[in-house]
Amino acid sequence: MKREPPRTLADYGPLLFPAAMLTVFFVVPSGTMIAVSFFQRQQGGFYTPAFVWSNYERFLSVFFGNVLGFSLMLAIAVAICCVVLALPFTYLLARMSRRAQVLWLVGLLSVLSLSEVIIGFAWSTLFSRTAGITNLLVAIGLMDSPKALYPGFSAVLTGMVYQAFPYTVLVLFPALVRLDPTLTEAARTLGSSPLRAFFNVVIPALRNTIVATLIMVFIFALGSYLLPQILGRPQHWTLSVLITDQAIYQSNMPFAAAMAVFLVLVTLALVTLTLFLGRKGEAA
Amino acid sequence: MNRLLQRLYFTLIGIFLAAPLIVVAGVSVNERQSLTFPPKGFSLSWYGEIFTNPEWRNALLASVTLAALSAALAVAIALPLAWFSWRRIAPWTNIFQVLGIAPFTLPPVITALGLLTFWATTGFYGQPWTAVISHAIFFVTLPLVTLSLGFSSIDRSLVEAASTMGADDRTVFLTIIVPLILPYIVSGYAFAFVLSLNEYIVAYMTVGFTLETLPIKIFNALRYGYTPTMASVTVLFVAVSAAIFGLVAWFGDLPKLLGALSSEGK
Repeated sequence: MKREPPRTLADYGPLLFPAAMLTVFFVVPSGTMIAVSFFQRQQGGFYTPAFVWSNYERFLSVFFGNVLGFSLMLAIAVAICCVVLALPFTYLLARMSRRAQVLWLVGLLSVLSLSEVIIGFAWSTLFSRTAGITNLLVAIGLMDSPKALYPGFSAVLTGMVYQAFPYTVLVLFPALVRLDPTLTEAARTLGSSPLRAFFNVVIPALRNTIVATLIMVFIFALGSYLLPQILGRPQHWTLSVLITDQAIYQSNMPFAAAMAVFLVLVTLALVTLTLFLGRKGEAA
Repeated sequence: MNRLLQRLYFTLIGIFLAAPLIVVAGVSVNERQSLTFPPKGFSLSWYGEIFTNPEWRNALLASVTLAALSAALAVAIALPLAWFSWRRIAPWTNIFQVLGIAPFTLPPVITALGLLTFWATTGFYGQPWTAVISHAIFFVTLPLVTLSLGFSSIDRSLVEAASTMGADDRTVFLTIIVPLILPYIVSGYAFAFVLSLNEYIVAYMTVGFTLETLPIKIFNALRYGYTPTMASVTVLFVAVSAAIFGLVAWFGDLPKLLGALSSEGK
């Protein structure tokens, strides 16, 4: 059966249910959110329809600037750590036997699907005084007494790298599987060591993929919401935490919505950049 | 030398990925109500607690019901959409494909907040069924991507042969397409199910105050007093996810599926 354009209205039938669901429960909610971001907030958690910019004007405060700056900095740090760790890993994984690949992929998927709550709980246990790794260090005599390693910035960073690492591998995997093996073979024949071939041939060949992956992981890390709360102090809270805090606990929906719209714009700009790089990569 | 380095590197990554889970597994078998590692004593009673303590049992039940229903709804949305884009040439309908991918690509807090304002405006805020729809929309991307891949792998000449021999669209769909696409339906469902089971923020924003799913329950327990049950639930969840992905890998081509998933995400 060839693909053909729909001739009658009835041909559009199958589209009805998905289109209705996505419109009513995704497009309309997004529209509602954008509308609410311009509403006037009333005391006591209510808001009235209006068209004011005051919710956006609050972005200009020092506090908001700090949160935004920290969120972006944290997401960039996570993206860099993940790509540095995952790139050689995925490169080697893509060259392993199928059996080993499937085994690792099942493991990575299981970690990836873990709830942020669970990851936060697991790392807070690992970093705790009573059950943490410091007990191990005490046992082998490297430390005098166990101590808590969280809350703190490195705990947040570790937790988020843990969360994003499987995602990074899965994003890199297809590109590295497709990577032409003759490239490295040629480098090896010409006498370069495997490590040198990796840095001088593989990495330049994958430049666009690497940048695209950095952006994808960056967006993924921007969405992290519970880990900064569980493993960090209030100064480690990100924009996602602040949005929820405003929406649920401060009952300031218009301000929360304005921040969410802002976050969408940042994300969309980055996705566009990724698509642009992807296209350029294919053309090259 | 190089092989040794590679081994070491993979072992270290393996330890990094497994360490928190090992500690949690250790904590879950403590005899007393304390979070110590290595565990003091050995007892599986915290696993029994998940099913005997009504609070944990209800949370587990709520999560499983939510995941089962929302994954089914997600597949119900994705299947006709994927079929339509495979069968018809109608460029403007691509917008719905984009809409299907969007909720999962944006930071989750955005989808969650959009749905929160929507349910609050329409007056349904807090109803348990709103969580089913919210999760279905949030995770529709996964079945949509697996099904699009499934359709693209169908040999069109099979379908053509059937229609030359007089089968109408309906017969073709039921006798040829459904059997070929079934593995992709199952894996799409499995991905949506596992992720819904673990999802926190969308569930919390939409029904957080009326319905306690397991992730919400664990987070509340984290705030208001630790118990080893949190650890046993975690181990149970990891085991369930690994088992489901293991099955997907067993019956399907996992490397191929993942290849499609990530390139679609870009």
